[in-house]
Amino acid sequence: MAAPDAARRAELEGLLRNDCGACHGGRLHGGLGPALTPAALAGRDPAALAATILAGRPGTPMPPWRGLLSEEDARWLAERLIMGERNDAP
Amino acid sequence: MRLDRRTLCGLALTLLTAAAAAQGLGDLGLIVERNSGAVLVVDTDPPAVLARIEGLGDLSHATAVFSPDMRHAFVFARDGGLSKLDLLERRLVKRIVQAGNSIGGAISEDGRLLAVANYEPGGVNLFTTDTLEAVGEIPAVDGQGRRSKVVGLEDAPGNRFVYSLFEAGEIRLLDAATRPPRVVGRHPAGRQPYDGLVTPDGRYYLAGLFGEDGVDVLDLWNPEKGLRRVLPEYGRGERRLPVYKMPHLEGWAEAGGRLFLPGVGRHELFVVDRRDFSVVARVPLHGQPVFAVAQPDGRRVWVNFAPPHNDTVQVVDAESLETIATLKPGKGVLHMEFTPRGGRVWLSVRDENRVRIYDTQRLEAVGELPAREPSGIFFTARAHRIGL
Ligand code: HEC
Repeated sequence: MAAPDAARRAELEGLLRNDCGACHGGRLHGGLGPALTPAALAGRDPAALAATILAGRPGTPMPPWRGLLSEEDARWLAERLIMGERNDAP
Repeated sequence: MRLDRRTLCGLALTLLTAAAAAQGLGDLGLIVERNSGAVLVVDTDPPAVLARIEGLGDLSHATAVFSPDMRHAFVFARDGGLSKLDLLERRLVKRIVQAGNSIGGAISEDGRLLAVANYEPGGVNLFTTDTLEAVGEIPAVDGQGRRSKVVGLEDAPGNRFVYSLFEAGEIRLLDAATRPPRVVGRHPAGRQPYDGLVTPDGRYYLAGLFGEDGVDVLDLWNPEKGLRRVLPEYGRGERRLPVYKMPHLEGWAEAGGRLFLPGVGRHELFVVDRRDFSVVARVPLHGQPVFAVAQPDGRRVWVNFAPPHNDTVQVVDAESLETIATLKPGKGVLHMEFTPRGGRVWLSVRDENRVRIYDTQRLEAVGELPAREPSGIFFTARAHRIGL
């Protein structure tokens, strides 16, 4: 699975702050959706979170991002959320 | 009199203050820099940044309201921060952190109280506008003792506030004229109300529903009559369309006896008859709309979009319902604010770190101001409008 390259990672960071931030808070401390900070996600399975990102949570405002994000993007985002910022080394 | 340096400095300061004091406030405003915790104090004529005020917290989704005299702005931050700014002296007067996580607020009709809508813990907190002293904490707890997030908090005539409970599906009316303020109405609403608005005349509160289709309406003249469900065709529909950014109801456009509503998850603008809430038409759009706002003269409706179409703004003629322009102001158009008489519209273009100013007649960019990842733009003219 090819990890997103540096340019794509920068885009994903922007997406996280801005578009995910619209519901999860600009600093991901929570809003309409729950906090997505490393503390909040400690011990969570990145694959499961990536699946949530792609499929959304039916019945809640969490939309499916499949179509806008690839499997690799979602996986990178999930790991980035669990580990916190600066998880951007190649 | 010998003028030593100190006296001179003092004199200069006095003059500066006097100059500041001579400034009119009616064409000022604020631009929120969402990721820098700062706001810009701006003049709209001619467009200029007058000051940058920092240290206001997490301003993603931050909103602002103004005191009736327009001198003070109150900024509601995402992290529960509440800041009072002085637009004349261009400084932060006071900042408090009043909850863990909040989503906006409103100012009472008399300008004496602020109400803040909180997610965490869910409820409404009330503060005096002069000192930001807490005067009430109203938990959003339902019949089963569960706490809800508060959304769609608006000011209503008669020194009231009205808001919705997301999880509980309830609309509540709060009387802020009494001390302590108290809840005077609780109305069971549809599933997951996500935002609300008060019509510009102050008569109706409308709550958009996320969990089902339709809109709940509370007649603020006759609240004891309860809610009315309207617009059964308004919502995500059978297919439960995904929504990448919740549409905003505040600023729902009203023009020529019609309301213009951004479709939820749909690439459509709903045109609704204001008297009976029937759908008159649906205007196809370029993407999922976020804001649909009418020019102050009601002639046109301006629409911006959720990602991935947030580089575009469309302008719809309120009479012919034709889309008369598709503009590309740049990536990340988050907000649109009209100058009070509508000659200009300011668009925050987040990813280009600028605010672009369009002439609303010629539909052309006529200027811009630099701003770091700008989001909300709020002009002082809001001070004199109901439900903003
Ligand atoms: C329109 C609002 C909205 C947007 C935009 C949004 N989310 Fe969510 N998200 C939610 C809600 C609400 C939940 C909680 C769902 C539930 O109750 O189970 C959630 C849940 C999640 C979860 C699961 C958290 C957990 O503890 O299980 C993850 C991960 C997540 N979102 C990631 C994202 C990412 C990444 C983005 C941006 C690409 C995003 N979300 C954008 C509303 C949103």
